Amino acid sequence: MPVDPSFTGRSYPPSQPYRVGREKIREFADAIGATDPAHRDVDAARAQGHPDVVAPPTFPVLLTMAAGQVAIEDPALGLDYSRVVHGDQRFSYTRPIHAGDELTCVCTIEEVMSRAGNDFVTLRTDVTDAAGQPVVTAWSRLVARGTGGGA
Amino acid sequence: MSTRDWQVGQDLPAQTYRVTRADLVRYAGASGDFNPIHWSDRVAQSVGLPGVIAHGMFTMALAGRALDTWAGRTGSVIEYGVRFARPVPVPDDDAGAQVVVGGTVRTVGDDRVEVDLTVTCGGEKVLAQARATLRRER
Repeated sequence: MPVDPSFTGRSYPPSQPYRVGREKIREFADAIGATDPAHRDVDAARAQGHPDVVAPPTFPVLLTMAAGQVAIEDPALGLDYSRVVHGDQRFSYTRPIHAGDELTCVCTIEEVMSRAGNDFVTLRTDVTDAAGQPVVTAWSRLVARGTGGGA
Repeated sequence: MSTRDWQVGQDLPAQTYRVTRADLVRYAGASGDFNPIHWSDRVAQSVGLPGVIAHGMFTMALAGRALDTWAGRTGSVIEYGVRFARPVPVPDDDAGAQVVVGGTVRTVGDDRVEVDLTVTCGGEKVLAQARATLRRER
């Protein structure tokens, strides 16, 4: 069953706020081998003009991937997650994420398309801080590969 | 290094990162992405892959690490996008896979610089249309 194109533009309710911890940033930096002291040391981060330790550029995926599940698992959208691969990823940052941030995600289905038996869904996740100010927007393009039946 | 000194067309020093199975397990834990194709050969092969592959977001994170290294600081990336062109197979041995991240300065403006990224594994492009915009230091 192909995805339902009428879902284009649909937004889901905001996620529960995510509190960014220093230890989570350190753990993520360790996992990708990022060595900048501003990921680990508060004084080093402040010396660079940040209020607290700073997350690496792709850290927002921790939040946005979880926020996207609400759309991916929406049975009415009809996306077959067993066939899904991650096609594209993009981030647009208003500012870096730092420890102490309390972040909320709103996920919107920006595009739904079927072509040559493959389904394409682009999710946009807008991430805002406790004051409601924008922090980062993420776009994930998911591709559900066709089963070869030409459907 | 600082973005202040970058010139259009300049090649930024290539960064080579080794990726082992242990790295994938650590990334799975840190990111919360426990898809078994990133740790189980059995599951990976059942969906037509040669074996365990790296998380696409892990490869993107490594290229992001290169951006921060070239900029000489973290927190200056303002746009960053990639297409996942090919998987990065990670063998179950000590050598693992090698991901090489190259960069070429595309544009230099008053307050921002654009970089084209070339990300390869075994000589093949694993990320396509990989580009970033960074805040330029004054």
